[in-house]
Amino acid sequence: MSTVLAGLKYSESHEWVKIIEGNIVLVGITDFAQSQLGAIVFVDMPDVGAKIVAEDEFGAVESVKAASDLISPVTGTVIAVNEDLVGEPELINEDAYGAWILKVAVDDMSELDNLLDKAGYEKISK
Amino acid sequence: MNGTQKTCLYEEHLRLGARLEEFAGFLMPIVYTSIQEEHRAVRENVGMFDVSHMGEIMVEGKDALRYVDHVFCNEITSKPLGKVVYGMLLYENGTIVDDLLVYKLSETKCLLVVNASNIGKDYAWLVDQTDGFDVTIKNLSADYAEIAVQGPKAEAKLDELFALGLGSLTFFTARKQMILGHEVLISRTGYTGEDGFEIYADAAAITEIWKILIINGVTPCGLGARDTLRFEAALPLYGHEISETITPLEAGFKLFVAFDKPDFIGKRQLLEDLEKGLSRRVVGLELSERAIPRQGYPVLADGEVVGYVTTGYLSITLDKPIALAMVRIDKAKLGTTIAVEIRKRQFPGFVRDRKFLDKHYRK
Repeated sequence: MSTVLAGLKYSESHEWVKIIEGNIVLVGITDFAQSQLGAIVFVDMPDVGAKIVAEDEFGAVESVKAASDLISPVTGTVIAVNEDLVGEPELINEDAYGAWILKVAVDDMSELDNLLDKAGYEKISK
Repeated sequence: MNGTQKTCLYEEHLRLGARLEEFAGFLMPIVYTSIQEEHRAVRENVGMFDVSHMGEIMVEGKDALRYVDHVFCNEITSKPLGKVVYGMLLYENGTIVDDLLVYKLSETKCLLVVNASNIGKDYAWLVDQTDGFDVTIKNLSADYAEIAVQGPKAEAKLDELFALGLGSLTFFTARKQMILGHEVLISRTGYTGEDGFEIYADAAAITEIWKILIINGVTPCGLGARDTLRFEAALPLYGHEISETITPLEAGFKLFVAFDKPDFIGKRQLLEDLEKGLSRRVVGLELSERAIPRQGYPVLADGEVVGYVTTGYLSITLDKPIALAMVRIDKAKLGTTIAVEIRKRQFPGFVRDRKFLDKHYRK
């Protein structure tokens, strides 16, 4: 069984969003997503400063066999990427909620209301 | 299609926790634990694959050898009994019906081992070519199960468990032998770039042999690792490096075309192609940045699309992004600067040889 944490927001495309403070959030992929992908060997991340748009692709997580697009759950500006994932992409398999991918300054925080909560995400990740 | 088939080892795959997916009409194990672990088991120790989905077609009759040499682009007649020869079946236009192993079992009998995805097509095509030959073609795929035991420790493990004396079985030869009271056909062949063996027998024998190998520490490996292993050895996969629209010359396998034979189907066209020169060819690529070039991604040079990736991975053994790609002939030279387009971005790289790693065959 995969884990879903309370207090995070979730997209139907299996990304999570965690509010750090104000409009600054972390974005990653869910435990369910990593369990479906299997061993992750590469994370293709955007450059710091890049604009990302909700529901648009911003990168990919890749297993040995396949690339899976990362779909942005929010609109905003990338202010950091998790450099640890460059050398150790498997951190996502080990701890999907600890291994964040992007830190984003979100344009409009009300956008997060469109995302799912724990109960909503549990329904689609069974 | 008449539903998904299961191999005789299906229950074993379930028991071992494999992730199963449909492949060429068969429910096959893709991975048991992780592709990387299974890949490394074969490179460093010994791993085993269920390849019972492969097709076995028997050619039998007075003209068996003459017939095979008519349909096969490599050569079998002059070879000693027990020899196994890799090559292809070609259409008149030089493109590839399938690639296969031919086992010379006797002067009147050859076993053709073909891709699971092509069994029906190959069988029909082979039957169509029999006019003027005293042969019978039998599709025995349902009667044969097969496992591949691969890796530097494969010989030692099989000899330790079954006392087969495999030291005398040379590269690309086969013989019949008894294992646990079952008659099997065993050859020193494989699809991994490592030393290893392929064992053909009925379902009962293969299941028994498989179970003993598992108990004795041989790592079960799925089709995932089978693909990463064959790719690093630059061995072609039908539908990728070779296909109905690709010739063996374009795929870079002239070595397996016996041009000195008087005739074979497709020879005339290949000679013509050689005469006028190829327009494209399969090459190796290496990317200079970390990214993963995957099948179908465009290859560019000077801002223009000049080809496509046929197979690509972040190589497990080399830990760098490499690919096989079909590229326009003027961009096929070693060292040519290219780029691969990955999710709308271009990643620079260069054309390199296909010798991604040293093969460890025992010849």
